Amino acid sequence: MSVDVKLEDVWVRFGSFTAVKNANVTIRGGEFFSFLGPSGCGKTTLLRCISGFQEPTDGKILFDGKNMAGIGPNKRPTALIFQNLALFPLMSVADNIAFGLEVRGIGKAQRRKKADELLDLIALPGQGDKKVGELSGGQKQRVAIARALAVEPEILLLDEPLSALDLKLRQHMRTELREIQKRVGITFIYITHDQGEALTMSDRVAVMSEGVIEQVADSVTLYDRPEKPFVASFVGENNDFRGRVTSVSEGYAEVETSEGLFRGRVSEGNRDALSGSGPASIFVRPEALKIAGTATEASNAFEANLLQEEFEGNMRHLVLESKGGQRLRMTLVNDGHVLDYGPGSTVPVVFNPELAIVLPQEA
Amino acid sequence: MALTAWFQHFFKKNGIVLSIYLMSAVLLWMVIMIILPQVFMLDFSFRFNLPPGKIGGEEDVYTISNYRFLLFGSPGNPDPYNVIDTTVFFRTILAAIFVTVFDLLLCYPIAYALAIVAKGGTARLMVLSLIVPFWINEILRAFAFRILFGSSGVINTVGMTLGLWDTPFDFIKADIALYAGLGYAYILLMIFPIYNAMESLDRNQLEAARDLGAQWWRIHWRIVIPFSKPGIASGCTMVFMLSAGALAAPQILGGPSSLWFTQIIYQWFNTGGNWPRGSAYAIVLLAVCILFVLFMMRVFKVRIGEIGR
Ligand SMILES: Nc1ncnc2c1ncn2[C@@H]1O[C@H](COP(=O)(O)OP(=O)(O)OP(=O)(O)O)[C@@H](O)[C@H]1O
Ligand SMILES: [Mg+2]
Repeated sequence: MSVDVKLEDVWVRFGSFTAVKNANVTIRGGEFFSFLGPSGCGKTTLLRCISGFQEPTDGKILFDGKNMAGIGPNKRPTALIFQNLALFPLMSVADNIAFGLEVRGIGKAQRRKKADELLDLIALPGQGDKKVGELSGGQKQRVAIARALAVEPEILLLDEPLSALDLKLRQHMRTELREIQKRVGITFIYITHDQGEALTMSDRVAVMSEGVIEQVADSVTLYDRPEKPFVASFVGENNDFRGRVTSVSEGYAEVETSEGLFRGRVSEGNRDALSGSGPASIFVRPEALKIAGTATEASNAFEANLLQEEFEGNMRHLVLESKGGQRLRMTLVNDGHVLDYGPGSTVPVVFNPELAIVLPQEA
Repeated sequence: MALTAWFQHFFKKNGIVLSIYLMSAVLLWMVIMIILPQVFMLDFSFRFNLPPGKIGGEEDVYTISNYRFLLFGSPGNPDPYNVIDTTVFFRTILAAIFVTVFDLLLCYPIAYALAIVAKGGTARLMVLSLIVPFWINEILRAFAFRILFGSSGVINTVGMTLGLWDTPFDFIKADIALYAGLGYAYILLMIFPIYNAMESLDRNQLEAARDLGAQWWRIHWRIVIPFSKPGIASGCTMVFMLSAGALAAPQILGGPSSLWFTQIIYQWFNTGGNWPRGSAYAIVLLAVCILFVLFMMRVFKVRIGEIGR
């Protein structure tokens, strides 16, 4: 039932501009897979390649090993949900949902039956005769999903479908989408520039930047073990200390930064790139930074100036400035203790090498 | 209540002087240019054609004889009705319908190409090449068509040189020149309303339909045509009204045996010197055209408000 989608060395060029650079990724059947990246990084372009609206300039797109080149969007087992939904405003809700069936020559009564079933699935029972304009944003959203599901696609492609909704609804729809995906069991390929969306819903996420797929991994790995500086700084918040590598050993590297010599983890894949004192960054999450106890630790310790404190109830965020003039963020869980430092005072900071990631930087 | 509020707002916005000027200008325009002439026409059409001395005299009474004449002809007419005039009337309406349908078929794809397919520069170039020929005046254009379709005209010459036919074909007599001329005269009035309506169509809807497997004709039938219906309706209305009321093109391009109803009206006014009868004929043409358009709008479920968009 579900289909594997494989992108092999896919390039897309518009004139002299390259929108997608050498994309290689395999999306497994039945998976909820997301492409995450900032605006303009080529996500929609990639999705249009999969749906058949855009032919790759180079490379192949394979569905279960079958090359899709030259096969139009109407002939592919995909259904696309557009960034702006693109519902047909002059048709009723039921006609919208059943449009794909109408195209396939299915009779009126049967179309209606299927539309009603899908309306039940998306929790809008009995609303088939409404006009599209009479629906709320979230309801339109669900109708667009039903319209795509009606043709029983094996792959559902979603282009930032939640971006037009308000925050509450967006969070609600996340859960709902995930549930629909589990119920129908088909592959969902989801596009978003919202990392929260990608991380909460997806089985795996591909992070893109300027046409390049930087890393493909599940949410936890992306957050805890980024492989590229872009991923480290784009997914979640991160403090980035720049410097040069001084030594690389079993799983760890040391980086000489303006704040001192810091030690952090190195992944297998980045080991070679780091050997030989190249430029590198050591990334430390705000929640990995700690205020040092009375006895100052030997490694990964430095001092910073407290600029201000943002109190958020369960969390307190400290904005710090290091001696080298770098802005840093530290997040502390509010455990009832009063902070010993006020704005303007010098704070001793430490972090655990286990929670710091060393990544090579472009020279 | 709403009206007084509107007036107050209007006066406040424009000041007294400008407001009075604007309102009287519009009023004068409406009354002098539009309402009065038509009222006179209507009044004329119900009177006898009297010599100037008798106008306003005892014999100057209302009558429906002019309308009778259109239907039944002169009292000595052996036929049960006025064969010539009624035939010409219905033929004119039919021909106008034909021209409208022909223009619609011709212009819908052009409007689609302009609005949806073509991009930036190409679209502008297309619009320009559509508009420029209309800088030439109507009479000249009609005569140009005469030359084009004449027995030694370009079309016959090319056709015969290519061996498609061997004696000159009389396009004028077959009324092909007339239909072509009329059709061409109004293409802009058909293209632009449709283009206007289509342009705001969200392209994603077309892609969504295609993604769901729709064939090209179904995309037009279910999405593009319903969406551009107001534009289609206003284009068709204008082309129909104008071709039913055209005079120059039938005069110049019409075959010897074909008469346009407007030509009969013109004859009554001009050579016939019978203004009341001419008015009656013109009023009937106007009324039937309006009724026909309203009927078609009802059939195609277009509301009158939509046309104005
Ligand atoms: N048809 C096209 N012709 C020329 N350039 C294009 C075309 N389509 C996309 N691009 C360019 O390709 C780049 C990637 O566009 P794309 O729409 O894939 O971005 P995106 O990641 O979906 O962004 P967003 O999150 O804003 O939707 C952009 O710089 C865009 O200008
Ligand atoms: Mg996009």
